[in-house]
Amino acid sequence: METKVNSITNGKKRTGPVIFSEYSPGKGIQKAIETGRENILFELKSSGLKGRGGAGFPVSTKWMLTAASVTDKKFIVCNADEGEPGTFKDRVLLMEYPELVFDGMVIGGYTIGAKIGIMYLRGEYEYMLESLEDYLITMRDNNLLGKNILGKEGFDFDISIRLGSGAYVCGEETALIESLEGNRGEPRNRPPYPVNTGYLGYPTVVNNVETLSVIPHILIKGAEWFKHFGTAKSTGTKLFSVSGDCKKSGVYELPWGITIKELLEIVDAQNTKAVQVGGASGVCIPNSQFNRTLGYEDLSTGGSIIIFNESRDMLKVLKNFMEFFVEESCGQCTPCRIGNVKLLECVEKIEKGDYTFAYIKTMKELSKTMQVASKCGLGQSSPNSFLSIIENFKDEIFNTSGGKNGKKR
Amino acid sequence: MLVSEKNALSEELENLVEKYGTERASLLQILQAVQRKYKYISDFAQQEIARLMNIHPVEVNSVISFYSFLDSKPKGRNIVKLCKTISCDMAGKESIEDAIQRELGIKFNETTRDNRITLEHTNCLGMCDQGPAMLVNDKVYTNLDIENVVNILNEIK
Repeated sequence: METKVNSITNGKKRTGPVIFSEYSPGKGIQKAIETGRENILFELKSSGLKGRGGAGFPVSTKWMLTAASVTDKKFIVCNADEGEPGTFKDRVLLMEYPELVFDGMVIGGYTIGAKIGIMYLRGEYEYMLESLEDYLITMRDNNLLGKNILGKEGFDFDISIRLGSGAYVCGEETALIESLEGNRGEPRNRPPYPVNTGYLGYPTVVNNVETLSVIPHILIKGAEWFKHFGTAKSTGTKLFSVSGDCKKSGVYELPWGITIKELLEIVDAQNTKAVQVGGASGVCIPNSQFNRTLGYEDLSTGGSIIIFNESRDMLKVLKNFMEFFVEESCGQCTPCRIGNVKLLECVEKIEKGDYTFAYIKTMKELSKTMQVASKCGLGQSSPNSFLSIIENFKDEIFNTSGGKNGKKR
Repeated sequence: MLVSEKNALSEELENLVEKYGTERASLLQILQAVQRKYKYISDFAQQEIARLMNIHPVEVNSVISFYSFLDSKPKGRNIVKLCKTISCDMAGKESIEDAIQRELGIKFNETTRDNRITLEHTNCLGMCDQGPAMLVNDKVYTNLDIENVVNILNEIK
């Protein structure tokens, strides 16, 4: 079936506590003007909202640092480059709730004092471009973008959309900025952080689509209401993109702090052997740890949940992940460029039965080196799935009980 | 390439550069526009863009070589990209792969002899809940099975 995005604001059926709750377009911007810049920052700080892309940096800190800097130009960038395997929440938000994302950007522009917002839309989502552009035109017609927004003197802001071209690493904020500047999407050294030296050298806030979508709700209903959901350290709700071996795959809005077991019941997953939390760069959780919770204090994630049932070969899963990283490593730093190739090689050797445990130990050490020595999040997190799958499924992978049941791999 | 073709392309590129601007930040957008129309960015086009933007042609080439959706070699009129990431893989990507290769008579990373379709793999399309999925140019098709995928391919002009 071809997916059509004819009318992105029609056909709303989803319900949820925060993001999928009632919202009328533009209301968040109106409220932001009434609230004032300082109080918005205060409200965000007390809400405890953290970045929803995976890294979990406090939003209020990012915004405050940018708001405080005195320059002639500032930018707010929406990171719509979701490329993590198993993630598709941004697709749902952009197709069905563009008003939340764009209102969030306008509120951000108002708060930090930026006049220009840029959405970096991944190349794979080019089919949404037209309807998103149409939505921006509607916003301009309703004075939600442009000059003196909603009659507020001096509040000028507009948004443009730029496309990516199929590079996973561009989801990393400095790589994204490089890409916006027309360069190869290679991550920069940090510091300096984008809040000081971002797009074209100006202070820039880069926020995930989901993060921006939460903000209008927080402003309207208040930080106290937002904090009712979730846990003390992980406030609010999260969108989980659930795929793999379950009956009801899709996007779910659930409070932080939910256990994997509870989530599996909601999506009707049976005979589950393992759950990959956080996509290829996340960790693989075995059956015995399904009472662990999703949240910044335990399993922090951008929301990708991939479910594997008893019939799945975990080594094959790992091979798929490592092939992904070998292709998507930008090649700039050595630990990531060479390391991922070596880890894939290791998986292939295990497949053939051509390995020693001393060699596996060396590869685990290499993984640790990659985690500390890689330049950006890609190389720092790509060994996660290798380490967790090799450790949690060693019986299956190395056939340690082979002597007893005589099965060879 | 005929001289008249070169002239036409040069003029088109001039218009593009005028539309997006000569700042470095416009480069990716210009390349994307050329890719969209011609399915690849020829050596000549790369040199022209470099000249118009006043940068070295190698700069243009280095950007093209970085992004998987930009090509410097000619491709078919349509590019089919099948997602090979884990969720689509588990949803039956391999049987779709076989069906496509059988129907088109080519392997992945090849182009049909009539230049109609180039077949490629791609990483996660964000359609994990509706896999297997593929892109045909910029359109996405989901819930593929060996029957509907063949119908989709046959409809491509």
